[in-house]
Amino acid sequence: MSDLIAELRDATVGYHRGTPVLKGVTLRIAPGESVGLIGETGSGKTTIARSLLGLTRVLAGEVAVDGRDLARLRGRSLRAFRREGVVQYVFQDPLRSLDPDIPVGDSVAEGLDVRGRLERSDRATRIADALHAVGLDPALAARRPGDISGGQRQRIALARALILEPRLLILDEPVSALDAANRVHVLDLLRLSAGERGFAQLFISHDLGSVAGVTDRIAVVYRGRIVEDGPTAQVLTRPQHPYTRLLVESAPTLDAAGADRAHRARLRAEIAEHSAA
Amino acid sequence: MTDLPLLEIHDLRIASGASQLVGGVDLVLRRGESVGIVGESGSGKSLTCRSVLGIVPEGLEVSAARLAFQGTDLRSLSERAWRGVRGSRIGAVFQDPASYLNPSLTVGRQLAEVLRVKQGHTRGTARTEAIDLLDRLGLRDPARVFTRYPHELSGGMLQRVLIAVAIAEGPDLLIADEPTTALDATVQAEVLDVLADLRRSSGLTLLFVSHDLAVITQVCDRVLVMRDGVVVEEGAVTDVLRAPRHPYTQSLLAAHREYGLDRLRQQEVAHV
Repeated sequence: MSDLIAELRDATVGYHRGTPVLKGVTLRIAPGESVGLIGETGSGKTTIARSLLGLTRVLAGEVAVDGRDLARLRGRSLRAFRREGVVQYVFQDPLRSLDPDIPVGDSVAEGLDVRGRLERSDRATRIADALHAVGLDPALAARRPGDISGGQRQRIALARALILEPRLLILDEPVSALDAANRVHVLDLLRLSAGERGFAQLFISHDLGSVAGVTDRIAVVYRGRIVEDGPTAQVLTRPQHPYTRLLVESAPTLDAAGADRAHRARLRAEIAEHSAA
Repeated sequence: MTDLPLLEIHDLRIASGASQLVGGVDLVLRRGESVGIVGESGSGKSLTCRSVLGIVPEGLEVSAARLAFQGTDLRSLSERAWRGVRGSRIGAVFQDPASYLNPSLTVGRQLAEVLRVKQGHTRGTARTEAIDLLDRLGLRDPARVFTRYPHELSGGMLQRVLIAVAIAEGPDLLIADEPTTALDATVQAEVLDVLADLRRSSGLTLLFVSHDLAVITQVCDRVLVMRDGVVVEEGAVTDVLRAPRHPYTQSLLAAHREYGLDRLRQQEVAHV
């Protein structure tokens, strides 16, 4: 238990009222490990991520981060947990996560400011270092999110998360809105900074190529359950569960088209059988 | 008539004041062809597509030696004549689908209306056809989706609704800018199948913009690689992607191999 940075143990999780979104999910993330979450829209990937930030309601089982049971944290202790910044989150659309009216430097430092006042020069140095670490010119600190490119904005979102030295970084479709060159920059940056700083990652994406490039392990989410969990290469080349096979085999590669209609229909039939069983 | 290219673009140039955004693009599409464009934002690919639809943002200067659709110079069209071409004969699917649908009408009503006006359906058959089209595009519970307003659907669902509307228009040419980027692999497969069906059944011509080289390989016969407003490489997909000549194309392929499924699959083959 204590050697994990995050753990869902047989967790049934939902939101206020409403039916549970996750049904008995078990997922363990070790320090420094990069775990991919794949599965269709609405399957519960984002709810797993939100549960690790204490933004969901744990109905049964346990959700623990850094040794703390999040279901038991309420009010002040939950806010204190979030302020520590052990878990940081980067969204798909950086424009929505950055305040358009304030200079990006202030956005980057927001998490630090919440923790307490810093010396002005110390704060400026931290911002410059954070921007430098994501390959951006520290002079960008004075600009507003509206005047910079999407790729730069996503790197700023990353700088803003990393400045808090999180132990777990959650990335929810971080490169889906980016073009090819920026996608590679951001993915390279993630690999490099995870290697240097040793944070764990939970990487959510429908882009299997990105997941293949940055994760050690993949968990496959299907209708609120994890149906397969294994090393990245194994899940993507020898998928076991029929849903994983459908997802992975549908994706074309440079050398082969994706699974054809007939094959997909067979896999769907298998999924139905599996679910009934 | 059959020899006449569907679309001819020669020496297309688009500038904003002194800065050149598209610097002399040539593109000829024959009927039934599927051509891909690869390039990053700012490469000029979206502006090239927009010039074919007559929707280049105001303030930009467009010039071309030729810009013709089925032999008609697109620059000679009045705004009224454009309305008969844009959407109807040249369809378009862009990212950000919400901005192309009317927020105050259900998606079913919008789709059925197009089927009624463009394909001569009655109200009843338009509804059946619309639901069938949504089903073929991989939307779960299409009859329910039919009754929903745009704001009630996710981005991926809206993207498919927009594709359905574009297809329902029965265009000769469909311009699709990253149409499957927001979709997961299983849904992407459904969408690509529908496009392939339309190519077979009605000879649809496709201009397909994507960053995903594997998708381009599956969908397109030919590919153009654009960078800084010019086409740096062009050819049959198999030639360009198997043996790229331009360093930029080579870098795209290297990135695709680094962050793509191919590398894992090859390692797997090597292990067996």
